[in-house]
Amino acid sequence: MDESVIKMFEKEYGVRVVYDTFSTNEDMYTKIKSGGSNYDVAFPSDYMIKRMIDEDMLEKINLDNIPNYKYIDQRFKNLEHDPNNEYSIPYMWGTVGILYNTTMVDEPVDSWEILWNPKYSKEILMMDSQRDSIGIALKLLGYSLNSTNPAELEEAKTKLIEQKPLVLAYVVDEAKDKMVAGEAALALVWSGDAVYGMLENPDLAYAIPNEGTNLWFDGAVIPKSTQNKELAEAFINFLNEPEIARLNAEYTGYSIPHVEARKLLPPEIVNNQAAYPEEHELDNVEVFVHIGDMLKEYDRIWTEIKVH
Amino acid sequence: MKRNWALTPYLIWMIIFIVVPLALVVYYGITVNTDSGVAFSLSNFKRFAEPIYLRVLWRSIKLAIISTIICLIIGYPVAMILAGNSFKHKNVMVMLLVVPMWMNFLLRTYAWLTLLEKNGIINSILGKFGLPMLNILYTESAVILGMVYNFLPFMILPIYSVMSKMDYSLIEAAEDLGANSLIVFRRVIFPLSLPGVVSGITMVFMPAVTTFVISRLLGGGQFTLIGNLIEQQFLYVGDWNFGSTMSLIMMVIILISMLFMNKADGPERSGGLW
Repeated sequence: MDESVIKMFEKEYGVRVVYDTFSTNEDMYTKIKSGGSNYDVAFPSDYMIKRMIDEDMLEKINLDNIPNYKYIDQRFKNLEHDPNNEYSIPYMWGTVGILYNTTMVDEPVDSWEILWNPKYSKEILMMDSQRDSIGIALKLLGYSLNSTNPAELEEAKTKLIEQKPLVLAYVVDEAKDKMVAGEAALALVWSGDAVYGMLENPDLAYAIPNEGTNLWFDGAVIPKSTQNKELAEAFINFLNEPEIARLNAEYTGYSIPHVEARKLLPPEIVNNQAAYPEEHELDNVEVFVHIGDMLKEYDRIWTEIKVH
Repeated sequence: MKRNWALTPYLIWMIIFIVVPLALVVYYGITVNTDSGVAFSLSNFKRFAEPIYLRVLWRSIKLAIISTIICLIIGYPVAMILAGNSFKHKNVMVMLLVVPMWMNFLLRTYAWLTLLEKNGIINSILGKFGLPMLNILYTESAVILGMVYNFLPFMILPIYSVMSKMDYSLIEAAEDLGANSLIVFRRVIFPLSLPGVVSGITMVFMPAVTTFVISRLLGGGQFTLIGNLIEQQFLYVGDWNFGSTMSLIMMVIILISMLFMNKADGPERSGGLW
């Protein structure tokens, strides 16, 4: 978050804001769950919002106190983890897709199948992230990326084992740097990393395959520990002032669900198809659902793939 | 009594930071979470006996043994030269061995990641001389290279410290009695250096068999080692029980190998870092 935004809020409301950041959703969850903190607002991702709702950790948000909610794109409302928009306000979002080097790949990148093309043997970087990599294999096979059906998962496993000889490496953070350096032709990445890569190396492009992908986003929530719910709502509303949302989006580089603020963004960001894909590209997207204990099954499959 | 009192802070320290965590690992390792609460179970040990996990264990041990052998082959002669009298700039050389260890281990491994790239420094130098390219990044060779590079000083230093304390008159005596240099080495120098070799092997094998950073960075996530599996259980899956079970198994393996090495070392060990 752009800290100057926080400064502005402090000035306008005459309060002091304590701002902490966490490297993962799980870290934040642990901190809030263990008590001892009294955060008024938190920004977890979709599946974590669901988990926190399930565990009764969140306050219901009074939308009457957040008039700026009207600016939020309809597409980001009524989502599975919060079907009635009671607990969370969409904040930032992104996708998973293929970052590729246009000097090495000359065919159109429109299917996950390209990551199985022997032509690019040892030129493919996969993501060392169980949900993402297994998820796109499921998508390619025409299943849901939240599948918990053992037969479907078995098929996805076979598919990924088949792909293994073509893969240069399974990485997460290094992917964007390797792509910028021209070390590989294709990489499975998050859109945020793609935006970074494309700014560093103009030969890179980003594509969301037709089979669909994972759409993720973070939302603003109010933990039960809050001592000032109205102020928390005021803060969330403040963040959704068009001008404030624009500042924040430019600072973080992530995509925003805010219709008005998007109009204020400079063209090189709005026209970056990694950050703001065309409507039709998002036809088949799905959001991750917290799969509970099935995570262990995913882990077993992923281990089998990597040990193979 | 006074002596016992002075030990108290160390004892407290050891209880808090060694005994308690270890007890926690044992507790998690032999229990599982069920719907009705925590229950004693050895099912995670049974799970570990599945072929995929045994394969990971075998790979970890194999790579660690290979790296240890390479370290010994490279390190022993280096230690011997350093300890010998003929080498003038001994201190500079020892210094050069130690200095890289001042740098963060992760940084050094990241450096190899860049050096070994397809368009990296090593390949652009090779290319300039028209030599064939070296494509070993993200292979087993790269993982072994990373281990040898990172752990070599742990082999050289204990051997060096034992050898430099060696009584030189024993070698002279052997020579006076007509032994040629090969026999001197085989019957005098090598047996005397054994304690150093043993601690060197232990100090290389232990971190090599449990590493997860080297295999992930230089192996491109394709060479899952036991350390990677354990890390994954704790940080990603959240299955602390299975992670603890694997840690326990690892500890037993390391203990057994240390017992074995101590036996080889004999009763009159005299030096080394252990």
